[in-house]
Amino acid sequence: MQALDELKAEATAAIESAVDSAALEKLRVEWLGKKGRVTDLLKSLGQLDAAERPKVGAEINAVKQLLNEQISERKETLQQAAIASQLAAEALDVTLPGRREDLGALHPITRTIERMAGYFAALGFEVVEGPEIEDDYHNFEALNIPAHHPARAMHDTFYIDDTHVLRTHTSGVQVRTMETREPPLRVICPGRVYRCDSDLTHSPMFHQVEGLLIDENVSFGQLKGIIQDFLHAFFEQDALAVRFRPSYFPFTEPSAEVDIQCVKCAGEGCRICSGTGWLEVMGCGMVHPRVLEMSGVDTERFQGFAFGMGVERLAMLRYGIGDLRLNFENDLRFLAQFR
Amino acid sequence: MILSENWLREWVNPDLDVEALAHTLTMAGLEVDAVTPLADGLNGVVVAEIVLAEPHPDADKLRVCSVNTGTETVQIVCGAPNAAAGLKAPLAQPGAKLPGGIKIKKAKLRGVESQGMLCSGAELNLSEDHDGLLALAADAPVGAPIEDYLDLNDRLIEIGLTPNRADCLSIAGVARDLAVVTETALSAPAIEAVPASIDQTLPVEVTAPSDCPRYLGRVIRDVDVSRPTPLYMVERLRRAGIRSIDAVVDVTNYVMLELGQPLHAFDLDALEGGIRVRKAQAEERITLLDGEERVLTPDTLVIADHQKALAMAGIMGGEGSGISTGTRHLFLEAAFFAPELMAGRARHYGLHTDASHRYERGVDPELAYQAVERATQLFLECVGGEAGPVVDITSEADLPRREPVTLKASSIQRMLGIDLAANEVTRIFEGLGFTVKADADSGSWLCTAPSWRFDMGREADLLEEIARIHGYDNIPVEPVRGAASAGALAESALSQSVIKQRLVARGFNEAITFSFVSPELQQLIDPVIEPVALKNPISSDLAVMRTSLIPGLLGAAAHNLNRQQNRVRLFETGLRFMPGQQLAQTPMLALLLCGRRMPEGWSSSAKSVDFFDMKGEIEALLQAADQTLAFRSAVRPGLHDGQTAEILLGDEVIGIVGRIHPRTASHMNLPEQTLVAELILASVASRVLPDYQEISKFPEVRRDIALLVSREIPSAAVVDCARSAAGPSLADARIFDVYEGDGVSENEKSLAIGLTFRDQSRTLTDEEIGESLLQVVESLGEKLGAKLRH
Repeated sequence: MQALDELKAEATAAIESAVDSAALEKLRVEWLGKKGRVTDLLKSLGQLDAAERPKVGAEINAVKQLLNEQISERKETLQQAAIASQLAAEALDVTLPGRREDLGALHPITRTIERMAGYFAALGFEVVEGPEIEDDYHNFEALNIPAHHPARAMHDTFYIDDTHVLRTHTSGVQVRTMETREPPLRVICPGRVYRCDSDLTHSPMFHQVEGLLIDENVSFGQLKGIIQDFLHAFFEQDALAVRFRPSYFPFTEPSAEVDIQCVKCAGEGCRICSGTGWLEVMGCGMVHPRVLEMSGVDTERFQGFAFGMGVERLAMLRYGIGDLRLNFENDLRFLAQFR
Repeated sequence: MILSENWLREWVNPDLDVEALAHTLTMAGLEVDAVTPLADGLNGVVVAEIVLAEPHPDADKLRVCSVNTGTETVQIVCGAPNAAAGLKAPLAQPGAKLPGGIKIKKAKLRGVESQGMLCSGAELNLSEDHDGLLALAADAPVGAPIEDYLDLNDRLIEIGLTPNRADCLSIAGVARDLAVVTETALSAPAIEAVPASIDQTLPVEVTAPSDCPRYLGRVIRDVDVSRPTPLYMVERLRRAGIRSIDAVVDVTNYVMLELGQPLHAFDLDALEGGIRVRKAQAEERITLLDGEERVLTPDTLVIADHQKALAMAGIMGGEGSGISTGTRHLFLEAAFFAPELMAGRARHYGLHTDASHRYERGVDPELAYQAVERATQLFLECVGGEAGPVVDITSEADLPRREPVTLKASSIQRMLGIDLAANEVTRIFEGLGFTVKADADSGSWLCTAPSWRFDMGREADLLEEIARIHGYDNIPVEPVRGAASAGALAESALSQSVIKQRLVARGFNEAITFSFVSPELQQLIDPVIEPVALKNPISSDLAVMRTSLIPGLLGAAAHNLNRQQNRVRLFETGLRFMPGQQLAQTPMLALLLCGRRMPEGWSSSAKSVDFFDMKGEIEALLQAADQTLAFRSAVRPGLHDGQTAEILLGDEVIGIVGRIHPRTASHMNLPEQTLVAELILASVASRVLPDYQEISKFPEVRRDIALLVSREIPSAAVVDCARSAAGPSLADARIFDVYEGDGVSENEKSLAIGLTFRDQSRTLTDEEIGESLLQVVESLGEKLGAKLRH
């Protein structure tokens, strides 16, 4: 069967040189189609001896199967090559930037308030808010600061009229809470406050977070515990030294200023802490019984503590912001750093 | 208040260095703000005497002096005009390094060797005087270190006292606290009554006894005001920041610093008739020691004689009745004025004096007796004279009363969380000057405050003293305890935090602008409302309370544009202040967009944002609102008349969205396409509680229609009409194209609407959908005059 071998070699060569699937299909028709050359051979089997037919038929069928396989293989090869070349052609410069909207940012003050609120929320403190134009009673009187009290000189107050001020602290919100709710109470009052003072280290508007806890059996020791733990959590430093120093606020007694070991120099003394190694970060104390009485809290049964901190101060320490005024310029190059 | 360490240590001298002493004071509630050495760089400076002073051979203004240093005689070249033989002055020897940083070496001045430098007060940082050598007293010991001679080895302790601690506005007061805290003995100088050596008194009348419950006066005759104040006194005053005036005034100031009692000395010859302590008459005038005339209000207490007001009581003396070089006889005053009367008085006249500072906070009403004797004793030492008897006008009924207060041991435990030995409690209070009666049976103490404490009315005040003296550091920290239940927010309420995070995720940066704005900017956005104005604004551009958050955001955008930050996406939350009978302070949310729609990039278009970008942000914010969101064309001052809409949630207008008016844009130098929106924050803060609806298992079918409608008809009306006509199987209707121009007549627009149909229970047939579509087209035609576009 010289002819069959030659035929096979010719077909195999043609299949291997086919360049695309169309050429391959043409070859399939040419060789294996209804009128294909291998099909013709099969058709011509009839002319052979009956004795030879099975053998020759088997040989032709083997060739047919082989060619079928070769065509499939070639097809697979060509397809893979086509995909590879398509992929190669579609290769991108993956270093080009993606298409996107930039992520915005919360203001560092808000971010700081949220961290503070988050800590206290876990201890059951609820955020309450109140008016910023506050009446004299809630801003001063109810906090044990009567007219002409020397402590009023500590607040550079903005006046709206004879009986209304821009709140100088958020303590008025605590008073309103005590007036309207029954203890036990756990609230924090974040918000804008105002003092008539403006220079490098004072802004006429700034933010405070104040907290109030009223319950049976509340002690100064617990106040120390909660404040120290908060400051450790805020600065993420469990060994940060915290110091409670006696001070005076008309609405708390005993009162304390809270200092932390300077977070910049670790207490060595630097420009940030004026060489003292300590930073004053907040005020706190046991709520003055007179303040509780004025707001209708039963002082036989309940006591409480209150604390307050300047948000700008803590945010600036936390993030290393050197200039207070940056907080209110809203420069995008500043804001975008707090994503 | 500034204290000399040495002076304080004369009263109480605990075994602590100055740092530890300062720390102890701070931790006792007397906060030490600073400790500064009085003198620095005086090593190598000694008392020297000029033995001989001769002219310099080559310089007119210089002299060559032979100077005795105590150990040798050296040659010093000196330019001071007062350098003369016999003068004793400080000499800085070679090796000394002066406060100004000057290093002293042997040097040649115009060819003549100088073995050091004779110094002025200014060169040693001891005074302002640099006109000549600091002349030392004739008996100054030659060779002694100047530090020792002038007692300059001292430190100034600056204490920032809280308003409740008026009792510590003196050496005596601070010493008292320090003694208790450190358990050290107090050694006060002996103050003995000076017996009268003459009989003369001046009549004193007090017509306002509730304002002046106690007034002591004493005549001292034949003083010599030309005598200098003793060096120690001048130095101690200087160290406390008080300038020496004359010996009489210096003594009154010295006693005030020492004991805390403000005193005033009148020139007896300037007083007519006698002293009257009374309220000022209407329009009464007085010229004070500062040379300024003041018109008094009738609530002001004055010290007067029978003719005229002499002094503003407890604040400042008057011109003409004070001590002068011609004064021969004195009238000394020591009074107690009620703190309630004094509160705010000085400030009312724009004054603040050492006396008013103390009286406002409360001066010990019993202190006047001691102070008068102490001052008399010092007068006699310093200026001589003869003292008359003390006249004492006291209205016992008007003196502050100190009621005993009960302190329970259980309160100490409950409020402070400490157990304290009973005798320690007694020690603390007795040390602070209280009268204490311990009652062991009931575990309590009955404490009566000393006359110098004005802040001891109730148990809490006593607890504070315990905490302060025992030490805050010694109160153990107790573990943090959470609440029994954590209050959770309703699920339908969105926290501000979530709202803000959503905006941040959409590319907005949060701004915080001042709540007060300039009236001009306010006017631009809200010209009708008269805003709430501050009575005392910090500046004219921060003078009125905002009625909208938009002006602040416009300002912030302008700030950024001026700094080449051209793509601005900002939001702010905060109160707006609407004036009126009931001032409304409403939390608002405002947004601002300008610049490119997308950040600049190789594949993004440079197109600017427009109205629909901002509207899209609002829609996204309110996508889960529990009521229907709608927009209605509106006109607002400061905004573009054709590109502004009210935002409605249900029937309520909750805000405004629009492009700023071209005039506003050019006024503020902002892009014309600057979009702003402002909403009531509460309206954004609620969402519908999910109520799950079964998802259909059957296919949906979409049909698109193109319509021609009048340009006047809002597209929302077309969609609403289509929705209501399509029947229950309509799942969605949306406009996917709007076209005006070629092929569409001038007063019409073409809208392409995609309608999606779906049923929960079966596959819809073509007939059913065709029927719905027909309903839609008919209804649009009837109600809105819309035609199908072919």
